[in-house]
Amino acid sequence: MKTITRSAEETVELGRKIGAVLRANEVVALTGGLGAGKTTLIQGIAQGFGVNDYVTSPTFIIINEYQGRLPLYHFDLYRLEDPGSIEELGVDEYFQRGGVCLIEWAERMTELLPVNRETIEIKLIDENEREICLSSGLAARLK
Amino acid sequence: MFCLAIETSCDETAAAVVRDGQEVLSNVIASQIEFHKKYGGIVPEVASRLHAETISPIILEALTRAGKELSEIDAVAVTFGPGLVGSLIVGVSAAKALAWAIKKPLIGVNHLEGHIYANFLTPIPQSQVLSFPFICLLVSGGHTSLVLVRGHGNYETIGRTRDDAAGEAYDKVARFLKIGYPGGPIIDKLAKEGNPKAIQFKRPMIEEEFGLDFSFSGLKTAVVNFVNKAGGTENLFSGGTRLVDLCASFQAAVVDVLVEKSLKAAKQHHCQTIALAGGVSANSALRQELKAKAEAKGIVVHIPPLEYCTDNAAMIACAGYYKSINSSFSLAPIASARI
Repeated sequence: MKTITRSAEETVELGRKIGAVLRANEVVALTGGLGAGKTTLIQGIAQGFGVNDYVTSPTFIIINEYQGRLPLYHFDLYRLEDPGSIEELGVDEYFQRGGVCLIEWAERMTELLPVNRETIEIKLIDENEREICLSSGLAARLK
Repeated sequence: MFCLAIETSCDETAAAVVRDGQEVLSNVIASQIEFHKKYGGIVPEVASRLHAETISPIILEALTRAGKELSEIDAVAVTFGPGLVGSLIVGVSAAKALAWAIKKPLIGVNHLEGHIYANFLTPIPQSQVLSFPFICLLVSGGHTSLVLVRGHGNYETIGRTRDDAAGEAYDKVARFLKIGYPGGPIIDKLAKEGNPKAIQFKRPMIEEEFGLDFSFSGLKTAVVNFVNKAGGTENLFSGGTRLVDLCASFQAAVVDVLVEKSLKAAKQHHCQTIALAGGVSANSALRQELKAKAEAKGIVVHIPPLEYCTDNAAMIACAGYYKSINSSFSLAPIASARI
């Protein structure tokens, strides 16, 4: 499902809807370049998921944990260009902990991701417009 | 009291010996920056392994330079977080083993608290002794916050970033512009040659309604948008826009917000002093602007020497000293610790 958002507010709103339908042990791979709007969308997802905190960038420490209606594990693989280091970090150990894993720059670990993952792709169209593409499993739940 | 401190929260393996929380007898740092440069940032697994390889020689070097035997150390202080958990574990384990071996107290120090204490290390003239309460602007690659320091061990975070840290925005913009890593010093250097008013980037969250919080993710996006609109960096620069102006304009937006909010914090909490802490304190524009604008309002700005602003163990020893005299002992690694 493709959705166009035309402002940061619209992106947050779509995020809230996604956050509301995420399930235990779900892995969501989030892809999109620098400045695509990942941070904004994730702020919304966290709100919809019941996280009552700012979701700050995990770039520096790779993993941030939040408590919403379930645990939310927020990964940022931006700094990890070597797949070996991702494996050794044990990112996949979080997949079955009963929470939701939200992985930014997930393309860095495609082979390690579970087959039944959901995906969100964000593309920057111009300064305000974003094209957000959801995998079918996620899209079906939003209808 | 001689305190031996260890710091391994990110990509520096550091050890120091400090007397009575002020006199730095040694401050040894092994930077991993050369190893991480080729990856454009920290690689946690590499960081952890490098810490494990370096930690023992670094501790020995700190003792040797201080002219101290391990048996003369009165306490061991160590950073327990925030940081990369694999890196923290190396330092915490080494500190535990040392403290156990010499049967001396082990003191856990929050990394952010350590940065604040860098301000107490300086052999400052009596007239400039930090007096409570003061505002600390703590700004680094992983953190951006305003802390109200009421006394030793008495802190309140009154503002913080809602998304990216300021230093992270520098790194990401530098990487986007393909000008290297770490982004802070590179952009700062280029910015000196540029016009900060060339491009008007919006000052993020400077409006009253956002209080003392920061946001830098949108500013990074604004730079990306600006470049994309021109059809990429090559087109932009061949079209007459200078890289130095872009850097100066980005930096001006970051610095304006940091300075403005620090002054606002000082006013709101009736503080006469603003202390800087963290690696971004090295930024020349931040130092100049903050000093000029604060001093115009009669506010004293305290900036630790550069070597104590970036990650180091002397600041951990200093914080450890004050914790030990207040009998505050507790320790477990906490990757996302706050103060």
